[in-house]
Amino acid sequence: MAEATSGANNGVNVAALIAAREALTKAPAAAQFKWRAACEWKDGTHSHSTIEGFYGLGQEQHHKRTFTFDADHPEIFASEDKGATPVEYVLVGLASCLTAGIAAVAQHRNIQLRSVTATLEGDMDVQGILGIDDDVRNGFGGIKVTYKIDADAKREDIEALVAQSQKRSAVYDIVTNPTNVTVVVD
Amino acid sequence: MSRCLSDRSIDHVVLERGEVAHTWRSERWDSLRLLTPNWQSRLPGFSYNGDDPDGYRTLAEVIEFIGSYAKAISAPVRNHTTVASVRSTESGYLVRTDQGDWLCRAVVVASGACNIADVPTFANRVPPAIMQLTAQEYRNPEQLADGGVLVVGASSSGTQIAYEIHRSGRPVALSVGEHIRAPRVYRGKDLEWWMDAAGLLDERYDEMDDIARARRVPSLQLAGTPDRSTLDINALTEIGVKLVGRLGGISEDGKAQFSGSLRNMCALSDLKMGRLLDRIDEWAQKNGFDDAAGPPHRLPPTRVEPAPPLGIDLTIGEVKAIIWATGYRPDYSWLEVPVLDRKGRLRHDGGIVSSPGMYLMGTQFMRRRKSALIDGAGDDARDLSAHLISYLDTRPARKMA
Repeated sequence: MAEATSGANNGVNVAALIAAREALTKAPAAAQFKWRAACEWKDGTHSHSTIEGFYGLGQEQHHKRTFTFDADHPEIFASEDKGATPVEYVLVGLASCLTAGIAAVAQHRNIQLRSVTATLEGDMDVQGILGIDDDVRNGFGGIKVTYKIDADAKREDIEALVAQSQKRSAVYDIVTNPTNVTVVVD
Repeated sequence: MSRCLSDRSIDHVVLERGEVAHTWRSERWDSLRLLTPNWQSRLPGFSYNGDDPDGYRTLAEVIEFIGSYAKAISAPVRNHTTVASVRSTESGYLVRTDQGDWLCRAVVVASGACNIADVPTFANRVPPAIMQLTAQEYRNPEQLADGGVLVVGASSSGTQIAYEIHRSGRPVALSVGEHIRAPRVYRGKDLEWWMDAAGLLDERYDEMDDIARARRVPSLQLAGTPDRSTLDINALTEIGVKLVGRLGGISEDGKAQFSGSLRNMCALSDLKMGRLLDRIDEWAQKNGFDDAAGPPHRLPPTRVEPAPPLGIDLTIGEVKAIIWATGYRPDYSWLEVPVLDRKGRLRHDGGIVSSPGMYLMGTQFMRRRKSALIDGAGDDARDLSAHLISYLDTRPARKMA
């Protein structure tokens, strides 16, 4: 890999990412992706989701295998707790997106990472989802992400990694900005 | 450019839609001062010799300065001449104007980078009772009704306008996206002095890793404050301006929605400023300026309240006006030569436009970091006029058959 000679190796192929960026700059149509998920109700609040195909680079694409996710609610909500709650999946999405970004930016800036861990906490007043108080929103009141990063870099450089990762993160954008959502019944 | 062409006896005219310094006369707010100090506006054979080198020119002084330069160099300016179109001909270009047509062998596009105020498309959802002005249309707070004002954009224009409006007694909310914080005075010297002395302003476009990105970076959050104070977000918070995140959208029922990214926008800005000051300190140490200047220091981080508001209801009458300080783009609608990319940007290599004999002047990081400053015009004009002249020499005018 090209970056092996430049020092840091976080296992991110930055040369390939940069090549892709150049190629997509010249062919913006190929940059149009569609990400998909399918979800099936099982019983109670339990559902089973699968992720298989997506669209990008002008054609249908497939993951190497099908990924599955069970979602449910805990027993204190009178559910059977057969999976993480949907809002916890949002935290997972945010954490994994930011963490991948940190690795990629670190590689690009030639910073060797030794360990990166994040803990996330989303505050929620469930009076919203339970319909007790209309003034309370359904979603998170706020999300706190705390990183612990051990890397060959000054504190400012590590802070800059985390800041740049937020700037370029899809999930961070999705949770911090409005998105039009269209739900239809076939 | 006119001065450099005259020096080489190149026959030329300068077409001006209004009068010299037109943009400064008609598209800026009243209290604006130049964000670079007086000493820094150095044009070929012309510079400041007044008694306030560290001051910042008022709007009237900028107009007077540029006008005097045009007189001093006897620039062949055709005032009140609006260019309708420029197209290629076999031997150069045909320039159509409302005062007749010109055939020329070379064209310099110096029409500016800030012709059209960029306003997000969702501005059409702003309730009709709210007055909307762009930074180009805004003149002073008296234009606005009493009541709350939402200023969108926290670069140089947005912060100055927010400050002035808030001081007029109208409560301001400032929507903050990407911006770059900068101290007006650092270690006892103007930030522009440091950037000039350390060579940062002379950095060339072909030395940058990613020039496309460097050209997109928002301008420094600097203001020509008469007392040389720093007008950053903390200064605005101190007088009571309310910070909100980047304006992400306006819902159909008239609610402005702000991004939850405010904290990161401020963190990115603080980090960028830190890196700039690190470079300055490093240069000062290497070049023996540590004794002459004050000690290195850092500004306290930008303060952001724990849970900034994510929305403002625009229908309940609290907000009376919105000022869009969301950037500008150039107007090339008259340019009928295929030199624009798919985003409408002019394709050029350091000001040498992809169509032979066409040149650009005065856009962000065109040839050097200072290209968009008055102080950057001289070096760029010297380089580009030399290229233009060698182009004319190698491509003699077509002889008549």
